[in-house]
Amino acid sequence: MSDFEPIILRNIPDFHNIEVYMKNGGYGAFKKALKMTPEAIIEEVKSSGLRGRGGACFPTGMKWSFMPQKTDKPKYLCANGDESEPASFKDREIFEKNPHQFIEGTLIACHAMGIKTAYVYIRGEYYPWIVMLQKAIDDAYSKGLIGKNIMGSGFSTDIFIHRGAGAYICGEETALLNSIEGKRGMPRFKPPFPANFGLWGCPTTINNIETLANIPPIIEKGGEWFSKIGEPKHAGTLLYGLSGHINKPGIYELPSGTLLTDLIYKYGGGVKDNKAIKMIIPGGSSMPPLTADEIEGLRMDNEHLKTVNSYIGTGGIVVMNEDTDIVKVIKRITKFYYHESCGQCTPCREGCGWMLKILDRIDKGMGRNEDIELLRDVANNIEGNTICAFGDAAAWPVKWAIKKFMPDFEKKVKESVNLPVANKVHALRLAVQE
Amino acid sequence: MEIKFTEENLKKLERSKSHYPTNDAALMDALWLAQYQFGWLSADVMKYVGSLLEIPYEHVLGVAEFYTMYNKKPVGKHHLQVCTNVSCMLCGGYDVVDYISNKLDIGLGETTPDGKFTLIEAECLGSCGTAPMMQINDYYEENLTKDKIDAILDKLAKTE
Repeated sequence: MSDFEPIILRNIPDFHNIEVYMKNGGYGAFKKALKMTPEAIIEEVKSSGLRGRGGACFPTGMKWSFMPQKTDKPKYLCANGDESEPASFKDREIFEKNPHQFIEGTLIACHAMGIKTAYVYIRGEYYPWIVMLQKAIDDAYSKGLIGKNIMGSGFSTDIFIHRGAGAYICGEETALLNSIEGKRGMPRFKPPFPANFGLWGCPTTINNIETLANIPPIIEKGGEWFSKIGEPKHAGTLLYGLSGHINKPGIYELPSGTLLTDLIYKYGGGVKDNKAIKMIIPGGSSMPPLTADEIEGLRMDNEHLKTVNSYIGTGGIVVMNEDTDIVKVIKRITKFYYHESCGQCTPCREGCGWMLKILDRIDKGMGRNEDIELLRDVANNIEGNTICAFGDAAAWPVKWAIKKFMPDFEKKVKESVNLPVANKVHALRLAVQE
Repeated sequence: MEIKFTEENLKKLERSKSHYPTNDAALMDALWLAQYQFGWLSADVMKYVGSLLEIPYEHVLGVAEFYTMYNKKPVGKHHLQVCTNVSCMLCGGYDVVDYISNKLDIGLGETTPDGKFTLIEAECLGSCGTAPMMQINDYYEENLTKDKIDAILDKLAKTE
């Protein structure tokens, strides 16, 4: 698959099996961490330069250091495996191929922050992967690696899986907290931040599954070793997901900063039917899309993507060929956000529906001359005006697609306003019948 | 039919409750158990779940309504949930919807008269590398082709 030695999706047969994992040095990092002080572990993670893999790219070590060391309240860790961002399918690879490295990372995180309970939030649709992870957790319990007084160290912690039930918004960290508490998954206002007021009002840290799976190699080989992999400002490997019009879709673990063209042509086998590229989504559907001109020489990490006004997000890359109808794609993405908006903030709840309505009429040949401007206006009024980042996620694809693919929008609008009157009436009738 | 959890489900609920400091947090697990046992979440089922956890029915309803995977109306034995989000759409997700819809002669959100199949359009199911795909109850069918869909549906139609 790649000439690079992966650190999460290791090329070892049956690595998901606890015996195989332990034979290859598994849980060694946890044993080492148990002998380290919490401060030393956090320093090691800080020096590694590891950033969160859920999309926000926040430095993990710093996040951990926000947790109060002295408190009367219980502390919690939440591992975020909601993974509902369209084009993201990396966490399920970890549950399937290397669940123990994730569990080990979770244990080290719990030890570093003095946490006795960790919840793994997994989207409800991932039932087969929940079963796989539960088996791995059960195996680790039976080996005495999770539970009370682990290996006589005096350190105790439990890991429980919390199954979601179909809500994209629960990947937002504070919505995830509400969902674990058994409520509707509506994001909370920040501040207070989860490190001070999280689950049941107690200090809580939320980390992505991939982030936690990176912890054991950092403890084992040192933060400095990790910091030299990939781009210095976004160290480590990333689990890039390739999908869409691509010959070899799938998850590829490669150093951060891998060339996008390498990902597509060297690893992904090129575009299906050798067609040219029209649009690329670089990191899940909410990240601003890229044009074919922007991908040459582009390195895939957060810093480099900022130069083309986009972000790495979850690393889910969607390749679209020259025949792709951009308006249809953006309409489908907007339909998703319309469906998934939690309904708490007016700009997002109403705005997503308005954007969908406008995109729908442009797509169906009933667009008006002023529609593109209107669409941009609605998107601008959602962005930054909501409690959580969902509003931005919904506005960006629309706003940036208009900016970067204006001719596609204009063409559809022009075609529609130039329609003969009879045809337009006919089209309207059809729409009413629908 | 009397609405009551099986002994096994009551045990599972107790275990779930032990994972959390509050009863409320076990609600999502309880609704899952209820859906598996009763097929869907009727008002009576939700009231029953609420009474077990001492949660008002209105709160249970609010939670059940928020999450799409909880069935608030009856669904067929095989719940076909076809992903049509961006990656699947590019790889023919809507063709899959049309094909199944024609083959079973049902529209989106409808159930076949024999109660075997319900067809719905789903949002991204995290299977973008193996598009197009669908979820049937608890498992995924990926890299769908017409032949593969035929084989899957024929097999499911025969199972009792």
